[in-house]
Amino acid sequence: MTKDIGYGAVMSRRSEIMKAAVGMDYSQFESGSIAFDYEGMMRATGYSLEDVIGIQKDFAIGNTPLIELKNITALVRKLSKDGFGARILIKDEAANPSGSFKVRRAATSIYHAKRMGYPGALAATSGNYGAAVASCCAKAGIRCIVVQECYDSRGIGQPEIIEKARKCEALGAEVVQLSVGPELFYVFLRMLEETGYFNASLYTAFGVVGIETLGWEVARQCRGQIGRDPDVVVCTNAGGGNLTGTARGLKKAGCRAQIVAASVNLKGLHMASDTQFNRKSFTTGHTGFGMPFSTWPDRSDVPRSAARPLRYMDRYVTVTQGEVFYTTELLARLEGIERGPAGNTSLAAAISIAQELPEEAAVVVQETEYTGAGKHGSAQLSFARQNGIRVSLGDPADEVPGESIVLPARPGLLRARDADLNHMRASLIRHAASTVDHAPTDADVAFLAEETKTDGAFVRIALKQ
Amino acid sequence: MAKKGDWVRIHSVVLTPGERAAALPDDTRRVPLELWTKGYLAADASPGDEVAVTTRTGRTVRGTLIDEAPHYEHSFGDFVPELQQAGDEAFAFLFGGDRP
Repeated sequence: MTKDIGYGAVMSRRSEIMKAAVGMDYSQFESGSIAFDYEGMMRATGYSLEDVIGIQKDFAIGNTPLIELKNITALVRKLSKDGFGARILIKDEAANPSGSFKVRRAATSIYHAKRMGYPGALAATSGNYGAAVASCCAKAGIRCIVVQECYDSRGIGQPEIIEKARKCEALGAEVVQLSVGPELFYVFLRMLEETGYFNASLYTAFGVVGIETLGWEVARQCRGQIGRDPDVVVCTNAGGGNLTGTARGLKKAGCRAQIVAASVNLKGLHMASDTQFNRKSFTTGHTGFGMPFSTWPDRSDVPRSAARPLRYMDRYVTVTQGEVFYTTELLARLEGIERGPAGNTSLAAAISIAQELPEEAAVVVQETEYTGAGKHGSAQLSFARQNGIRVSLGDPADEVPGESIVLPARPGLLRARDADLNHMRASLIRHAASTVDHAPTDADVAFLAEETKTDGAFVRIALKQ
Repeated sequence: MAKKGDWVRIHSVVLTPGERAAALPDDTRRVPLELWTKGYLAADASPGDEVAVTTRTGRTVRGTLIDEAPHYEHSFGDFVPELQQAGDEAFAFLFGGDRP
């Protein structure tokens, strides 16, 4: 019998399709209430940190340079009061085979898919993750399909996403491109069912354990190169896996650095809007993903997301689109390192945060990404202009997402802004409580305290609000 | 005219406006969900024809033929004076000297 491939029918088969495509039964981790066994799910990959290091080594992934940005640090010190201005170091993840840290996330999934006999892997992503999966599939000798949200209803595509399509194809993948809309997930499910491929989701435990090596390397390289642990590690935050994996790796290395999330502020833009799609200049690393995925991680494409950033986050800051393009220019002009804009979101935040810290402190920015046609300040700002966005030099505080992009007229105008982390924590707690029809149990309260890096008292107060 | 076996790009509508998900902004619900992909053409055809292709992973996909031997045209965009000025300003601030 032929299966019904209509929207409703496919969506109703979601659980069985996912179970077959990830090879993990998520029900074994459920308590029947709010709480679930997160660490049990992370262990269920069967791959230890040492195993993952070995897998990544075979894919030529990792051990990327940790570069001290001495000139940007000097600039920060010129802007700081006496004795302030922490040193900034950056992990040059663009040196990975696919050009970004995302390949760490793909490696365990693709290694596992190959071992389990899947004929190929599918990934739904408009970001660097597509090239990451394509790169690992090429090396593993299995097929690869990447599904992208790329065009608006005029057929106009974001140059950054088009470049990522090109790179996926260059690495041998089939690329399927869609117009704007969350029904991408329906297309994705249909293709999983049709192909029998592995779902190389960004949000499985296989993906997130792969990033633990990044945090592990940061701690060890810092100790070796500057003789101390980082005081602050800044992670660009979208779906939350980057921050979660890095923080877990730092913890496994015994490092107690403060973990700061940074996102590009796209306040006011709707992520599923056809007409607003090309009015933003960042396709990831922004608040449109960062906020909702932090406050409700289980909105992802697997039943339980392994990316749970509020478990590890100590602070959440936003920067503007103009500040990130500006920072990309600073990295090129003051350090001689040309990298992609989106990956510099955390560097923009670090330039601001370092000014709050004493000179002896160290701030680590844990990624860079490759740059090229389409994925470059001039390409993305030109595209913004063509789509009616005003681009100017001035005070970035005046930037209105979807209307203007303001590059700082001078370095002192770059300033990260704090998001209200306790508000986000309370939002997660209340959302979790709304998913069950009974009062949260004691085990749920303990779980929610872990989920939000708070305590039982905080959870109980949030539940009463 | 494209020949059987040529590498082509096709387009199709996955969901018409009436079939789209309920929780969408109005501007998105008013337009179809569209799909583009590439593959080897199953039989000779002209642009605008309904065709079948075999994709790189061996899937058979149907759609409207829209491009033969598709290639990329994305670039580094236009000159953006603000970027250059910002870089010049920061360089002078750190290393001294006047901006050009």
